[in-house]
Amino acid sequence: MEIVMAFVCGFLFMAAMYLILSRSLLRIIIGTGLLSHGAHLLILTMGSFGGSAPPVLADGVTDYVDPLPQALILTAIVISFGVTAFFLVLAYRAYHELKTDDMTLMKGSEHDE
Amino acid sequence: MNNFLLLPIIIPFFFGMILMFGQKNISYQRVTSLVGLLISIVCAFLLLLNVYENGPQVVTFGDWPVPFGITMVADSISSLLVLTTLTLAFFIVWYGFKSIGKEREQFFYYPGVMFIITGVNGAFTTGDIFNLFVFFEVLLMSSYLLIVLGGEKAQLRESIKYILVNVLSSAFFVITVAFLYSVVGTLNMADISIKIAELNQPGILTVIAVLFLLVFGMKAAIFPLYFWLPSAYAAPPIPVLALFGALLTKVGVYAIMRTYTLFFTHDLAYTHELLLILSVITILAGCIGALAHFDVKQIIIYNIVIAVGVILFGVAQMNEVALEGAMFYLIHDMIIKAALFMLIGIVIYVTGTTNLRKMGGLMKTYPALGWFYIIAAFGLAGVPPLSGFVGKLLIVQGGFEAGNLWSSVFILASSIAVLLSVIRIFIYAFWGEQGTISPNVNPSTYKGLFIPTMLLVFISVAYGVGTEWITPFMDHAAKMLIDPSIYTDAVMKGGE
Repeated sequence: MEIVMAFVCGFLFMAAMYLILSRSLLRIIIGTGLLSHGAHLLILTMGSFGGSAPPVLADGVTDYVDPLPQALILTAIVISFGVTAFFLVLAYRAYHELKTDDMTLMKGSEHDE
Repeated sequence: MNNFLLLPIIIPFFFGMILMFGQKNISYQRVTSLVGLLISIVCAFLLLLNVYENGPQVVTFGDWPVPFGITMVADSISSLLVLTTLTLAFFIVWYGFKSIGKEREQFFYYPGVMFIITGVNGAFTTGDIFNLFVFFEVLLMSSYLLIVLGGEKAQLRESIKYILVNVLSSAFFVITVAFLYSVVGTLNMADISIKIAELNQPGILTVIAVLFLLVFGMKAAIFPLYFWLPSAYAAPPIPVLALFGALLTKVGVYAIMRTYTLFFTHDLAYTHELLLILSVITILAGCIGALAHFDVKQIIIYNIVIAVGVILFGVAQMNEVALEGAMFYLIHDMIIKAALFMLIGIVIYVTGTTNLRKMGGLMKTYPALGWFYIIAAFGLAGVPPLSGFVGKLLIVQGGFEAGNLWSSVFILASSIAVLLSVIRIFIYAFWGEQGTISPNVNPSTYKGLFIPTMLLVFISVAYGVGTEWITPFMDHAAKMLIDPSIYTDAVMKGGE
């Protein structure tokens, strides 16, 4: 199972890198979304898939899943939500002000006298 | 009372929260943020004395035993850095009164500064690797706010790049923590250090060490990863630039210092050799940038890159002398970079341009500014009575002791390039024919900018002249860095 997940994470990272290296700002933000999905899936995988019951105390269950990676992922998810929301609004504002979403056109020409 | 070490984090956080209210009332914002920073400075100073007398202070949240809860650790390294951070923030906020502009002051500038201080202090004092990630995000999120606040075209353009780079490096940080967790099964830094020593650092941990160098190197702007820094730092206004230049890259440097002295000390031939090579190329790249530009902001920004290289060169030697030098140089560099950014901010204010070729003759109209600038410039280059000398001396001495003859000579030679780059600003801006002068220079604004800058330059001079008083603290810090068992013993014992 870990092997399959490793390949899935690898594919997500590959797709994310491809999108981040593209020219359109929106594709870059989609890339960062995929990148954080890959990172979160990787934390889950690296915690290993031992255990059979969800980490909630219940009678007669002894074999729990490792609860620590799940807490880490939850923290990382809300942080990346916050950053992505900020980034999207920034992209919207930049599109209004700079009149382009093409990263290759966003150069510092008017300030380098 | 052990919870005392949390005060330098909690007080700025609390003041940041109450500053969110009454955002239109500028005098309330100004007074409250200065009061908050003053109280935090007093607390940080008392914490430093406490750590010096009683050894590292440890607190684990919620009375959990050590590896299971989140631990905060204040040793002499952390408390020195926390005190420096708060002092610089105080002067930069004061400087900002006259230069940041009313619109920004009314739109959450001061809460942003308070939260960035919270993040930086938290990153310096945490003893948990995932908690370090969270504090990194706290300071990065506030830095996103500060870099884009005002919404000028250049700011919007550069903050997109800045955020993208930091989102990438944060994702790498999460991935690296995941790898480390799967190998050692713990997140507490002291516990990780013990577990790595038990495993004797197999190959996978060397890979993780290099990944950490990639993550923190992106924050700290080391050689192949510094590409984002020059344009991103040129965008925000001067007080924000001073805050970033003095604090943000240094958090990355501190994180490299911590991980490479506490965790990855068993395969020095690979990891520290890599750090050595990268730091030398970082210095080279910084020197080229600093000498190539005719823009005053860019010259000082490339000097950040040089200083990062010098500090990491000290860390790469892994002997006590060089680590003590690295600590000296780290604190010196935070102070002097803030002072230099504030000085060139005044130069830009009175001339109305950042282009060196258009400036000239300021010595006649602003002699005091010229003298303070030259003191700061000599301090940066490391002329003996001033602050940069003893750090670089110890780093080079440590380099010779470790047998790295040529690279140590190179560090010495790089000082000449640093001196040349900052003296060039002096020659162009203060000597020669009268250049452009901004038409609306207000004497009271000038005074408001000049007084905090002057005090900060005095502090940097006092740091250089009063080295004898600071040395015991630095000795403590260097002992802690060279011998991880002092740190791990203090943390493991502290939780019981």
